[in-house]
Order: sequence, then C-alpha cells, then structure tokens
Amino acid sequence: MGAVMGTFSSLQTKQRRTSKDIAWWYYQYQRDKIEDELEMTMVCHRPEGLEQLEAQTNFTKRELQVLYRGFKNECPSGVVNEETFKQIYAQFFPHGDASTYAHYLFHAFDTTQTGSVKFEDFVTALSILLRGTVHEKLRWTFNLYDINKDGYINKEEMMDIVKAIYDMMGKYTYPVLREDTPRQHVDVFFQKMDKNKDGIVTLDEFLESCQEDDNIMRSLQLFQNVM
Amino acid sequence: MAAGVAAWLPFARAAAIGWMPVANCPMPLAPTDKNKRQDELIVLNVSGRRFETWRTTLERYPDTLLGSTEKEFFFNEDTKEYFFDRDPEVFRCVLNFYRTGKLHYPRYECISAYDDELAFYGILPEIIGDCCYEEYKDRKRENAERLQDDLDSENNQESMPSLSFRQTMWRAFENPHTSTMALVFYYVTGFFIAVSVITNVVETVPCGTVPGSKELPCGERYSVAFFCLDTACVMIFTVEYLLRLFAAPSRYRFIRSVMSIIDVVAIMPYYIGLVMTNNEDVSGAFVTLRVFRVFRIFKFSRHSQGLRILGYTLKSCASELGFLLFSLTMAIIIFATVMFYAEKGSSASKFTSIPASFWYTIVTMTTLGYGDMVPKTIAGKIFGSICSLSGVLVIALPVPVIVSNFSRIYHQNQRADKRRAQKKARLARIRVAKTGSSNAYLHSKRNGLLNEALELMGTPEEAHVGKTTSLIESQHHHLLHCLEKTTNHEFIDEQMYEQNCLESSMQNYPSTRSPSLSSHQGLTTTCCSRRSKKTTHLPNSNLPATRLRSMQELSTIHIQGSEQPSLTTSRSSLNLKADDGLRPNCKTSQITTAIISIPTPPALTPEGESRPPPASPGPNTNIPAIASNVVKVSAL
Repeated sequence: MGAVMGTFSSLQTKQRRTSKDIAWWYYQYQRDKIEDELEMTMVCHRPEGLEQLEAQTNFTKRELQVLYRGFKNECPSGVVNEETFKQIYAQFFPHGDASTYAHYLFHAFDTTQTGSVKFEDFVTALSILLRGTVHEKLRWTFNLYDINKDGYINKEEMMDIVKAIYDMMGKYTYPVLREDTPRQHVDVFFQKMDKNKDGIVTLDEFLESCQEDDNIMRSLQLFQNVM
Repeated sequence: MAAGVAAWLPFARAAAIGWMPVANCPMPLAPTDKNKRQDELIVLNVSGRRFETWRTTLERYPDTLLGSTEKEFFFNEDTKEYFFDRDPEVFRCVLNFYRTGKLHYPRYECISAYDDELAFYGILPEIIGDCCYEEYKDRKRENAERLQDDLDSENNQESMPSLSFRQTMWRAFENPHTSTMALVFYYVTGFFIAVSVITNVVETVPCGTVPGSKELPCGERYSVAFFCLDTACVMIFTVEYLLRLFAAPSRYRFIRSVMSIIDVVAIMPYYIGLVMTNNEDVSGAFVTLRVFRVFRIFKFSRHSQGLRILGYTLKSCASELGFLLFSLTMAIIIFATVMFYAEKGSSASKFTSIPASFWYTIVTMTTLGYGDMVPKTIAGKIFGSICSLSGVLVIALPVPVIVSNFSRIYHQNQRADKRRAQKKARLARIRVAKTGSSNAYLHSKRNGLLNEALELMGTPEEAHVGKTTSLIESQHHHLLHCLEKTTNHEFIDEQMYEQNCLESSMQNYPSTRSPSLSSHQGLTTTCCSRRSKKTTHLPNSNLPATRLRSMQELSTIHIQGSEQPSLTTSRSSLNLKADDGLRPNCKTSQITTAIISIPTPPALTPEGESRPPPASPGPNTNIPAIASNVVKVSAL
C-alpha cells in the first residue's frame, strides 16, 4: 500500500457541465473564477498493513489500532502536516507557545524531510520512544537536538531547543522567567555533556554523559507504560 | 482537551523524552494506570447502527477506506464487526455509493460535515452524481465565501503589538471606532461635509429682494458669509486630505483610489477660484467648475456603509448593467428609426431626425411619457405603443439580477457585522475554556500534592479528599509537571504573576541569600507574605481535612532536597539556605519545590499579615514523624 494521490482540477468540473446558453455561460464564467480558487489537491495516504507495522515496531496489534484511530481522527488524509502537528501539540500546553518545540519535534519525526508525517513515521518514532532501548531513545533525542542534522550539537542549536522548551511555559511562571535563564540552562548542560570542551557535543559524548547521569536514566524510563 | 486530541496524549508524553537530557531536576512519577487496560472498543457499528453488505460490494472501489485493508484498523475482534465512530446518516450515503456507483449529497446535511465524512472514508467529492453535484458545489462555494469573510475580518481585527504613529493614524482614519479621537474626527468631518453641501444648495435659493434691484440668490446677497463658510469647509477638507495622505501606507495607491480623487475634485474648485482673478471670460468656465463642489456629497460614503454597499453592488453588477445598457441602446435605435420613418409623412412633425427621435423613444420606453413629442400618424401610434410595451420588458429583466446582487452583498455585510459582534463573546468563551484548562492544572497540582502530604502524614483516610481527576487529566498534568521540572520554573496564574512582579520591584527580594536566622525571618516573611497572599486567592477547595489542619496554622512548603546551588533564581535554593539556618543537620539530597497553599479561613490570615514566628516550630515538631528525606518548613 502506498500513497494514493487523487487530484482533481477545475477542468473536470468544466467537463461535467452540460452545454448552456451564452447568457448562462456568461454567468457561470463568473462562478468558475471562484471555483478555480477552490481547487484542491486531495492527498490520501494509506498506511502499511497492520501485520507489517506490528512486525516493524514494538507495538501490539491492539495498540496500533488505538494509535491509528487517534491519528486518523485528527488527520483523515493520512498524513500530518506541520500546521496540524503544531495545533495538536499546542492543545496540551495552553499556558505558553508550543509551536517552536512542535516544529523541532515535527522535523525529528519527519525522517525523510518530506514536510509531512505519515502514520508509519509516527508509529516508528513512538515505538522508539516508548518501547525502545535506552540507546535508541538517547539517539532519537540526540537527533531531535541536532537541528541541522549534521551529527553535532552546538550551543546555538541547544539554545534554540531550550528556548523552545521555555516558550512552552508561557509568561506566568514562578519564579519569573528572565532573559538569561535559558542561556544559563544551556551552559549547565554543555558543562555536563561536552567532555572534551570543544564547544560541540557529539553523539558519543552525549550517550556517555547521559548514561552517567542517574536522573536522566531514570526519567527515560518514566514513560514506559504510556500505552 | 478535545476528546479526539486525547488520543494523541501518548504521543505528547512520548515526545517529552526530548526534555529529559536537558532537565536538571528529576522528573515526578508517572500516574499509574490502575485499571488494567480493558477493551476500549465499544461494541457498536457506525455509532450503533448496523449496516450489512457484501465484501465484494465494498471491494469495488479499492482506493477508499472501506475497499482497502485500511478498515482492518477498525476491526473489532470480539464482536467480529467493524466499528466506526462516525455519523450513521452520512454513512448511509457512502454505503449507497458502493452499492449503486452513484454518490448523492443530501440537502439537509451541512456541507462541511459531509466533506469531513467523505475525507474520512477516502472518497473524492467529484464522484458526486450529476443530480446532486450542482447543489454540492453551490453550497461549498457559499461556505467558502463565508469562511473567507471570517478570515478577512479576523485579519482586520488583529491588533498589532506596536504601531508607529503613522500606522495608528491610518487605522484611526479607516476604522473610526478604534479610538475616541478617531470618532470625534469622523463626526466633525461628517458635519462639515453636510454644512458644505447645504451651503452649496442654499446659495442658489432666491433670498428676497434688495430694494432697487432684481431678486438675488442668497449666495450673492450674503456673499461674504458664504465665502467664509466655504473657506472653513475647504480648510477642513484640505487638512483631512493631507493627513490621510501622510498616514497612508502606500501613498501612490492612496492617490489613485476613488475616495481620494473625490476629495481632490471636491476642494479643487475653491483653490482654482482663489487663483483666478475676476476675469470675465474665464469666470464663466469657473462657474461650471463650481458644479464639482457637489462631489463633496460623495465624501459621505466614508461615513455610510449603505452607500459603500451600493457602490460596491454597482461595481459588481457591472456586467448586468452593461447588458441592460446595451439592450436598451439597441431598442432605442431600432424604435427611433422606425418612429422617424413612420412619422416622416406627417406635417409639422417633431420627429425631425433619428437622433431627435431618440428622446421620444427613451421617454416612452421608460414609461415617462412627457408628451412633448407625440406621434400623429396611425403607423406611428402603433409603433409607439409597441415601443412602450417593450420598454417595460427590457428594463424589468436585468433589474432583479441587480437587486438580488445588492441583497446578497448587503446580507453578507450584515453577517459580517453580526459575526464581529458575536466574535467578542466567542473569544471570551474560548479564553475562559483555555484558562479553565490551565487553571485546572494549577488547582490539581495543589490538591494533588496536598494529597501526597496527607498520605505521608499517615492519614490515609483523608488522602482521597479533593477532586478526583480522570486518568487522562492526571497524565496531562503529569506532563505539565515534567515541563516545570525541566525548566525549574512553575506555572502560576495571572494574578499571582502580577503580584510577584509588583512585590519583586518593591522588595528586591530574589537576590539576597543570607543564612542568618534574623534575615531568615525576614526572608520567610517576604516569601510568606507572598505565600499568604497566594492562599487567599485560591478558591476554597472544600477539603474538610484542611479545617483540622488549619487549626495548626498551615501553609506548608514541601521541600525535598536537591543539589543545585547554582540556580540562583530557584526558590528551592533560597529555602534551602533558609532551611540551613534552622536545621543544619538535615539531609539535603534533593530539592524540588512544590508549593501547596491550603486555603485558610479568612479569620486566621488576613491578607498581607505575616504570621508570628512562634507558629513555625509547630509543624516542625512533626518532622520526626515523617520520612527523613522530606523536610517541611512552614511558610508563614
């Protein structure tokens, strides 16, 4: 099963119209101008079969069913685009602005960088996050932080991520969010993670530092039984 | 939270793993799913209505949901049926499509609901049969126009954060309801337009005779007064025009716009008159220029929406009007020619040429019938009567189209106004719902931690006090709690925030950290005064247990130790230091702050009053009874 693209254009609508008088045609011409603007491209994507997905991920059939139903409800066309993704994620964080973090999340989910997340991508990522090994989870997180996907995390990327996380808190926080709070946070993070102090964090440094930290290890197991 | 989005909660929680390496503090425990995962499936079909059909029927269209293996996702093992939580009415039409090959659009269905269902089942709307297709497209276009209006008015209503002076001025001009100054300006200009038009009119009225000369129009009798009035009006109009020109975002486009041309044409005659001297030959032309002063009346269209709608209607009906004009011209020429040749025979006929007959034809076709030109021959009378009958028809045909256009545009405008009026109420309601959900988190945070405190205090029977939240809500709150821990800041509501800002500016509280006892008192008083302020703002959460505890003067801050001395802004470190002052030998392994404020009866804690220090040892004596890594400090 792959993607099914159904496109229709106003050309088809013109074919459907039976021939009319000149006078009526004149009026319909006005109408068609609006129709051209309503021209849509309907993309319908259907995911792989249930068995295949079950084999590829760590979910059971039941869990996949539940996930798909939720997915299909929000995105009947079968793919999530960034806008919908941001809207959905923003519903969970009514206090602040979740759009930046949702943007980075979206690009972490969208492994093929096509601009839309299919159900398979979605489920694969969830499988790693919820049922994967520690190694896989950390690698996924590293990929999330590495905004430009060059294999290294530098301070600017970390700043962007941390700033996005703080944005989700919104304005009304206690204590009051100051301008340099994110930067301090990033400095602490870099001190911990950057072993050879070269200003960038590689995957190995990241994995090593995270595995040394008990807090992080423990919190990674937190969402074990989410599904 | 919408029920549909609740299904995405696992995803949102999984995505929280992205915060973990960045967080400095440990995360709170996840709520456990007490009920073993039961079968969530409701054993129903399309919301309860069972439809039965052959499998081959469905497989006729393999690129739809029902025809492909996608429906396996909706298969219910237990009842061996496919369950869809969708509208059964529309499903009827969808299933008929599989059966007959024709998709119909029921007229009673809302167009967007129908579209949603079609999108869900993977059916393209183009397949709608000819019988229903036009209706479908019409409704769809109507809906799209309506939504477009909504979007447009939304964009217009957006308040930009900071506008330059020029932009505010432009906004004030375009929409007089934005500020009182704009409204004043609006009414003043309207008044002066009226004054100007009335003076123009009154100027020409004969004003009574001056003895010794013929009757003069008022304009010449009181010429000075009229001149002053005219000058005043033109001054106002000029100033207004220059201000608009200054404020316009695109000056070139503004100059080309109709309203600005009207403005210019309205004030030009005055200036031309000033420039021109009392030269006899030129003043004749000048007098005609004064006709253009009547264009000032068009300036009223800025003030009247009805006028604008009329103008817009005429513009949008340009094609119909053109048709009307064209057909009328054709008829006039035909009948004028016929009348001319018919009346050629009669003597002293007024129909001297075809163009002269035009006047007769127009007057007859519009059923005016002045009677200055009348046919005398029999043939002329016959054709004259045919002319008047056909005139009625030719005019009556395009007019309803124009009328219906006007009516549509007018109603659209009414709808836009109505929607704008309702929008405020709608937005208010949405905001209430939003703050409701964020407040829900803040409340449950306090209640939840109170529960934990009570549990730890060894009073399990009171642990169930407080609102019970659904599993989804508790998971959502856990997610928000993780975010708080990641960033080491807490969510508070707006009022608290305002107060904190005020207080921090007044008391310079955050930076000093002194372990000495005296300043500890001072510190606790500052933080506690805030605390107590916090408590009085909470609604009473009806916790009967609190009545007991309140006797023991409570507002407890739960502190568990942590090792983050570098976080200067964190309240935890502050309290840690304060704590150190009291009990230096406390184990401080991990500190996370969670604030519980238990509402106390007003009699005990009037706002702003700091509790007397002797109260502090009270709860502290309970410390030994509690697990060792939990430290309680009363925040007074």
